[in-house]
Amino acid sequence: MRRRFEVVVMLKPGMADPQGRTVQDALPTMGWSGVTDVRVGKHVELTVEADSEDAARELVEQIAGRLLSNPVIEDFRILSVEDVG
Amino acid sequence: MSGARVAVVTFPGSLDDRDALRAVRLMGGEPVPVWHADADLGHADAVILPGGFSYGDHLRAGAIARFAPVMAAVAGHAERGGPVLGICNGFQILCEAGLLPGALTRNAGLAFVCRRVHVRCETAATAFTSTVEAGEVLGVPVKHGEGRFVADPETMARIEGEGRVVFRYCSPRGELGDEWNPNGATNHIAGVANDRGNVVGMMPHPEHALDPDVGPTGGQPLFESLLQFVLAEV
Amino acid sequence: MGEPAGRGEPVHRALGLTDQEHERIVDGLGRSPNRAELAMYAAMWSEHCSYKSSKVHLRDLPTDGPQVLVGPGEDSGVVDLGEGVACAFKMESHSHPSAIEPYQGAATGVGGIVRDVLSMGARPVALLDPLRFGPLEDDRNRWLLSGVVAGIGGYGNCIGVPTVGGEVRFDPAHGPNPTVNAMCVGLVPADRVLRAGGGEPGDLLVLIGSRTGRDGIGGVSVLASRTLGRESEADRPSVQIADPFAEKLLIEACLELAEGGLLVGLQDLGGAGITCAVSETAARAGSGAELDLEAIPLREPGMEPFEILTSESQERMLAIVRPDDLAATRRICGRWGLESAVVGRLTADGALRARIGGQVVAEAPARSLTDDAPEYRRPMAVPDGLDDLVADDPTFAAPPVGPGEALVRLLGVPNVASKRWVWERYDSIVQGNTVAGSGGDAAVVRLEGSLRAIALSTDGNGRYGRLDPYLGGAHAVAEAARNVACVGARPLAVTNCLNFGSPERPEVMWTFRETVRGMADACRALGTPVTGGNVSFYNESGDSSVPPTPIVGMLGLLEDHRLRLGSALSPGMTLCLLGETFAELGGSEYSETILGTVGGRPPGLDLEREAGLVALLVEAAGRDLLGGAHDPSDGGLAVALAEAAIAGDCGFAVSLPGDLPPQVWLFSESASRAIVWLEPSAVADLESLALARDVPLARLGETGGPRMVFGEEFELAVAEAAVIYEDAIPRMFESGRLAG
Repeated sequence: MRRRFEVVVMLKPGMADPQGRTVQDALPTMGWSGVTDVRVGKHVELTVEADSEDAARELVEQIAGRLLSNPVIEDFRILSVEDVG
Repeated sequence: MSGARVAVVTFPGSLDDRDALRAVRLMGGEPVPVWHADADLGHADAVILPGGFSYGDHLRAGAIARFAPVMAAVAGHAERGGPVLGICNGFQILCEAGLLPGALTRNAGLAFVCRRVHVRCETAATAFTSTVEAGEVLGVPVKHGEGRFVADPETMARIEGEGRVVFRYCSPRGELGDEWNPNGATNHIAGVANDRGNVVGMMPHPEHALDPDVGPTGGQPLFESLLQFVLAEV
Repeated sequence: MGEPAGRGEPVHRALGLTDQEHERIVDGLGRSPNRAELAMYAAMWSEHCSYKSSKVHLRDLPTDGPQVLVGPGEDSGVVDLGEGVACAFKMESHSHPSAIEPYQGAATGVGGIVRDVLSMGARPVALLDPLRFGPLEDDRNRWLLSGVVAGIGGYGNCIGVPTVGGEVRFDPAHGPNPTVNAMCVGLVPADRVLRAGGGEPGDLLVLIGSRTGRDGIGGVSVLASRTLGRESEADRPSVQIADPFAEKLLIEACLELAEGGLLVGLQDLGGAGITCAVSETAARAGSGAELDLEAIPLREPGMEPFEILTSESQERMLAIVRPDDLAATRRICGRWGLESAVVGRLTADGALRARIGGQVVAEAPARSLTDDAPEYRRPMAVPDGLDDLVADDPTFAAPPVGPGEALVRLLGVPNVASKRWVWERYDSIVQGNTVAGSGGDAAVVRLEGSLRAIALSTDGNGRYGRLDPYLGGAHAVAEAARNVACVGARPLAVTNCLNFGSPERPEVMWTFRETVRGMADACRALGTPVTGGNVSFYNESGDSSVPPTPIVGMLGLLEDHRLRLGSALSPGMTLCLLGETFAELGGSEYSETILGTVGGRPPGLDLEREAGLVALLVEAAGRDLLGGAHDPSDGGLAVALAEAAIAGDCGFAVSLPGDLPPQVWLFSESASRAIVWLEPSAVADLESLALARDVPLARLGETGGPRMVFGEEFELAVAEAAVIYEDAIPRMFESGRLAG
């Protein structure tokens, strides 16, 4: 069974995010107001072949925790999972 | 440095590996090229993880290289007190591998910076700074896009408190300030060491700071210190 | 065979072929071409690949010389540097993709030119990037500049090749049409240059590197051979995505293959993809080729034959390998983590045949694709209004401000001001041989293990070309040679990129022909043959076209890099001017910035005098007579003196001769001059050398102190000038003004 997991990796809250800051500062100069915070992260799609959703999820969490994110500075969460046959 | 065998690890995408090998040779040591897939370090006395863009810096700089087969040997060598120097991408790899605290993140200015800077040596208690006086200023180049050193407050307090900051960016006279810090690193930190002082990571490039024809020479004392350390171990 | 095209809808026209060209193909094949064959011809006969509108004029350029090992026609030119070392170097443009997607366009431009040099078996050792944009006051131009610079850095830094030079200039006409050129320089043992033409029937064609996708389908025919219109957003799929990590692996693998003697030949897959690589390989070897399309590793499912044949996916090389060497070749590629696949072989007949499942899906004579493109002798006409423009000479216009104020303003305009903002984003030190990088007259890169070094400079003043294209072309070569001589190196040979509007417009064609004529004369007079280069036409959109922008890349040689000259003043020296200053403000920075006009004649150029100056500089540097030198043609004497003072944090005092109005003497951009500074005790020796070479020499004054003193006219503190000069461009990018 193949499932596609969507994982998002973000800098931990409180970490300085110059990329997000720059985007935030630029918005008013482009005519967009009302945005009080911007943080920039990574979105990763993993297509996993496994017998059960639990097994697949466990694999994804291991990968996300060890490789896709650096636990010193980043958090991850699984956004969604979808059967792709 | 006669008799000192210094391994330089090449990962796919390493760039300054040739420069590090050349530097070891120039300073009188025996350069030992090591491939990322090798199981051992070729009986090397010391290891350098060089600069570059291992694995294209994909995901995060050093994130994939830290899982290379050779890293087990590097960790073992460090555990036994062997000297390990991580330069730029090498520093990033050591932090990702947990052999050094903290992490390197994108430069505050968001752009790659290639520039001659000065760093102040903060401690002589490492394998690479034993011949340098604390407070001494060295001229070295930096060239990186992800060199901003950060750590959570607890870790930072520990690094500072235990004297594990090895280099800070500074003015030519050794003064600290934002204008001398090329990437916004916390506390102007340019390099740190592990608790025993045998593992050091630094963003500047000492291997590009040996030859007066092409740049500053602040890298010389680091290689001299390494020689002394290796000979003392023998 | 696939179905013949052209049923109802003229497919050939959509691909950029004219009806006549289509007929020519039918005549050559003896039948109608099918879809895949049409795509192959459209790509190979596009302007970018075939040079059909420029070939007839490019023949004027001198290409021979004892130092030339490989001239134009191969992936890259190669020059013999002596002592067993050869230098492969070339310049290319990537302006069209950069205008649409600046980061990827610039990045892939770097990738392509690096592979051209790699194809000769050379290790890339330096990159230079000449760039032209519209004024930075405009958001879009800041977006383009920062994107292009980020792309060049993102690629060059990641592959470990130092970017050591280039220049950035701004001109309103480049707003809609930025010019992005990239030059790569590589080194190879002279007896191991991989030349085209090797290969025998039975030799294998091995494709190495990234998988083939739909990137850039029709890139050369779509983007580089048509002007940009509103449809350009929809052309976004034609812009490729760069993968510098893959390129780094490719560089190491290919060099290892070359060093192991495993390569009969090596070709880059650039414009027109595998069709170009295979047809050129076969045509030059005098043979044909069989291509198995199913053997080509694909990134996307369901690709049509025409897509596979003309895909411009990046980071791919084609190796020609003897069957016995295949296993070793694949092993080395595997070690570097690169895919490799045998996709065909050379055959005895001259046909290029592409098959799927054994069935031929496309077939054409290899030579027909590479050599039978038409040669156009397009109509030429002098541009309207050129005479009036030239007659509008600004030299004796009443200056609106004094020369001191003028200098302050000039130091702060982006064309003149420090470009540190740009070149600090490039790694200029990797490989450890950069003796001098950006910021001086020319870059100096040491030959490993030697005292010798190469000197590199790129130049091309579009303002001059607009006024007099012949002089524009000649000046580009002269300035490049002078810049290389200003670091003490002897100019050897030239690569170039010619950036122009549409060749279908007679005025463009006339300026192109004149430009080439000027370059040819200058190359002959200076002894610097052209070893290769690139023509980029169709740099126009709507009503706007680029000014004639010939960009010359000069390669020079320094016998001892320790004797190189820098452009930073030091105190206690005598300042001298070599050459003569004439009253000619036409086309100058002063004229554009202070007087607000761009008319008049560009400075004159006496090629014999230029050659004399170049020889004098090389000789004086070789005898260690000089403390430093700087070319004053960009902005004039005042600007050049100020730049040298700022670089050395050292002032000077000079006296102005009384024969010309101050602003004319200070800001004319007369050619064949150099400011030099040297120990007072050495001046007499320099004077004799200058006399022997018939180069005028005038003492200007002395260096030292914190101020720049221009006779009785005005003074300016070096520190004050430095702030203006260094801050001008960063100020335009300060935070909150995100570029894009």
